[in-house]
Amino acid sequence: MSVYEKFGFPEVTAEAAKGMGLSASEFEGVKKLLGRMPNYIELGVISSMYSEHCSYKSSRMHLAKFPTTAPWVVQGPGENAGIIEVDSEGLCVCFKVESHNHPSFIEPFQGAATGVGGILRDVFTMGARPVAAMNSLRFGKLDKPKNRQIFEGVVAGISHYGNCFGVPTVGGEVYFNSCYDGNPLVNAFALGVVQKENIYLAKAEGLGNPVIYVGAKTGRDGIHGATMASEEFNENSESKRPNVQIGDPFKEKLLLEACLELMKTDYIVGIQDMGAAGLTSSSFEMASKSGSGVRLDLDMVPMREKGMNPYEIMLSESQERMLMVAKKGYEDKVKAIFDKWDLDAVVIGEVTNDGYVRLFWDGEEVAALEAAPLADEAPKYNRPYARGEYMDELQRLPKVDAPSNLQKVLEDLLANETIASKRWVWNQYDHMVRVGTVQLPGSDAAVIRLNESEKGIAISSDCNSRFCLLNPYEGGKAAIAESARNVAVSGARPRAFTNCLNFGNPEKPDIMWQFVSAVEGMAEAAKVLETPAISGNVSLYNETEGKPIYPTPTIVMVGVFDDVTKRIGSYFTSMESAVYLIGENTGYIGGSEYLAAVHGYERGDAPEVDLEREKNIIDFMCDAADKRLVKAAHDVSEGGLAVALCEMCFGGDNVGVNVKLESGIRADALLFGENHGRVILEIDVNNAQVVTALAEKYNLPISKIGRTCSGLIEIANKSEKVISAKVSDLEKIWKNSIGDRMK
Amino acid sequence: MKAGVVVFPGSNCDHDCYHVLKHVIGAETVFLWHKDTDLQGVDLVVFPGGFSYGDYLRCGAIAKFSPIVSEVIKFAENGGHVLGICNGFQVLTESGLLPGALMRNRGLKFKCEYVNLRVDNSDTPYTNMYADGEVIRIPIAHADGNYYIDEEGMKELEENKQIVFRYCDENGTAEDDSNPNGSLGNIAGIINKKGNVLGMMPHPERCAEGVMETRDGYFLFESIAKFIGGCK
Repeated sequence: MSVYEKFGFPEVTAEAAKGMGLSASEFEGVKKLLGRMPNYIELGVISSMYSEHCSYKSSRMHLAKFPTTAPWVVQGPGENAGIIEVDSEGLCVCFKVESHNHPSFIEPFQGAATGVGGILRDVFTMGARPVAAMNSLRFGKLDKPKNRQIFEGVVAGISHYGNCFGVPTVGGEVYFNSCYDGNPLVNAFALGVVQKENIYLAKAEGLGNPVIYVGAKTGRDGIHGATMASEEFNENSESKRPNVQIGDPFKEKLLLEACLELMKTDYIVGIQDMGAAGLTSSSFEMASKSGSGVRLDLDMVPMREKGMNPYEIMLSESQERMLMVAKKGYEDKVKAIFDKWDLDAVVIGEVTNDGYVRLFWDGEEVAALEAAPLADEAPKYNRPYARGEYMDELQRLPKVDAPSNLQKVLEDLLANETIASKRWVWNQYDHMVRVGTVQLPGSDAAVIRLNESEKGIAISSDCNSRFCLLNPYEGGKAAIAESARNVAVSGARPRAFTNCLNFGNPEKPDIMWQFVSAVEGMAEAAKVLETPAISGNVSLYNETEGKPIYPTPTIVMVGVFDDVTKRIGSYFTSMESAVYLIGENTGYIGGSEYLAAVHGYERGDAPEVDLEREKNIIDFMCDAADKRLVKAAHDVSEGGLAVALCEMCFGGDNVGVNVKLESGIRADALLFGENHGRVILEIDVNNAQVVTALAEKYNLPISKIGRTCSGLIEIANKSEKVISAKVSDLEKIWKNSIGDRMK
Repeated sequence: MKAGVVVFPGSNCDHDCYHVLKHVIGAETVFLWHKDTDLQGVDLVVFPGGFSYGDYLRCGAIAKFSPIVSEVIKFAENGGHVLGICNGFQVLTESGLLPGALMRNRGLKFKCEYVNLRVDNSDTPYTNMYADGEVIRIPIAHADGNYYIDEEGMKELEENKQIVFRYCDENGTAEDDSNPNGSLGNIAGIINKKGNVLGMMPHPERCAEGVMETRDGYFLFESIAKFIGGCK
């Protein structure tokens, strides 16, 4: 009896392939590619590689539309994370955002925790030390106990992992909408610092070089996780809890320190983290990128439990593991470093040159697959797409009556969980470890100084998914524009972004249309704003019982400061400053939080984004920050002008604002409309002329709308007072809303 | 002053303390690896924040058995200066260098925010640049900072002026409203009877430079550097 036969694997049939997520035509394609029937181990490997999660088979041809190059881009898409240069001396930052939606619904705490763990590994695999983490989170409304439970668990999981690992979680975004009821989104972002000459890539080069397995032992957790992440949810999803991995942040911290110590030496050739599809994707990707081959002795892999077989080992998604290729003869030196950190480091194979990944057990070959075709030539679909017929109805803006009490509306919006302060969330994250956080959470962008120098970066995560539902093209543009605007408003120059494209089932033409339109909108905005995509991921099949989430292409934009002391905060800093508005109030309320929360309509075409205007705002803000002309700045987004003004008063110093508008727009639309291209500025009165002239230089409309004052928020239009409240009263509503709901 | 920052495998504020001591204060500073027993002739040992050995057990409970901690205990008994911050404070109570214990926060959650502290004893090597009763703002970041001690122990702390920092409001009133974690007597930091070992939950290293939210933590490091002498 051969070794393979001893495992007693089931027979390979079309049915078995389907159980692993391969369609009938894909199964036929596999047989044709191999020229034979795969065995059971091979089938498992192939189905993982062909999963939507690993192969991007529905999205690849559209992702090619993103701009991906610029003089400052060092590494674009295709590696574990992208890299841009921060200064002329080779200081670089490496970053990526990735989804962990499906695991987080099934098991919120571990799902979110391992999402953080995975993205941190993606960053330090490149040789970069993680210095900042962020999250984009989406949940159903908090009045449902199930949503509160998921929210609580996800935040606790992120807190658990990030805090122990020692990376500051410096900000992010949290949205609540009933479209996420059965399908929360957890998109984890991490950013690390690396010198250009110290970047590591996933390579398996040098015939005979040892392949070394490092980190935690392999268990049966997460088997076929990548396949699970490529399916819709149904009532049986909870039974997939064993597919969710368990995270150990302490182990990951050890792995980080050991890897970075090793990377200072010249002992290794390449390194790859074992993320989705574990040993399968790491070994195939390394072999295919280098055009080499790999032999793995799977019985040498450190195992957590007895009786595991090659199939399970190849597909396990146990966390905190890395695969690396060392130089021959340096095995003991590599091991000594891992010994110091009490971690396993075991030679499990070697680099070959026949283009194959060959798997052995007890010295006998149990599977052999050619690496390149599987890694690079996975199925690629041009899925049909068409605008849904329901779009006409959705885009029709309903007529609504103006509420009689606008102050009550403002209070309701400030208490609305999407708008309310996220203090309850970020209080649970260590956001200051590594002494780099020079802008505490709550502002438009997080600001980090790098290596204790004056160099710094600003990060903002944004996506208004309601806009993307109502008009995916404009919504996609808006996600890029808003994230870039937020970075610029903090004083930094937006340089590049990473994205996480969360959509429903791409096999439905209307969903595919959302995807294609959003990607095209984002690509257009990215071109105009000169911010290429450098990394990202796609999460499809975000549906439960056939109900899709709103299209949610999360953008995380990164900007650069030459001098981080020139950063601009979002809170008013002092009394008797002048308050200016850049841009114009159009009074358009389609897709607004106001229309949804107060009138119950998630309707109307999304507001249009004027990309030339947005580019000018970015240039203006960078120029003004460089000249230190702005005391505070905040962009106008959810909740419109009135909410933005209030938020600027909530810095804790009881500075209020007195605003006088002269507009013919109906008061509710004026206060709460969400048209783009607007920024509120706090300016020292002595700088008013200079700032006005600067805005004109960039062709931006600018108007004085009021001044800061002590303790009151007052807004009047054409001498009619519409809002008059104490800062402390409104701040209390805004600040406590989420915490109170979670008691 | 020569300072040594202890590195347990799960320490994550080691780098921050090293940075402040070396680059902001200007002290000669070294890292002390947890498996080592040589204190390299330092004058001050810092136990930094973090999760020493993962802290899946009681925080700091495993750290007390490490080779370096045995040496630091001897060093402290001989009058050497030891500062424990956050997880470092937990290591100090677990290893018996300071009395009392740090339990799970009463809100059961990790909490990271700036808090007000009242300096209740400025007559220590670590606080001589503050004034008695001064209110300073320093951030906390912990899940287990709820200080507890029995009645007798508390009496002793009070009598010997061992309570150095208390959580308070902006006016210096230490009441329940301004207590972030449930600590008995709003205690945020204590010193041993001899006055050479200080433990505190808040992180002074996170606010020791002008670019941060406050610079109130700087003076703690400057106090001990001046006390020991020979910096810059």
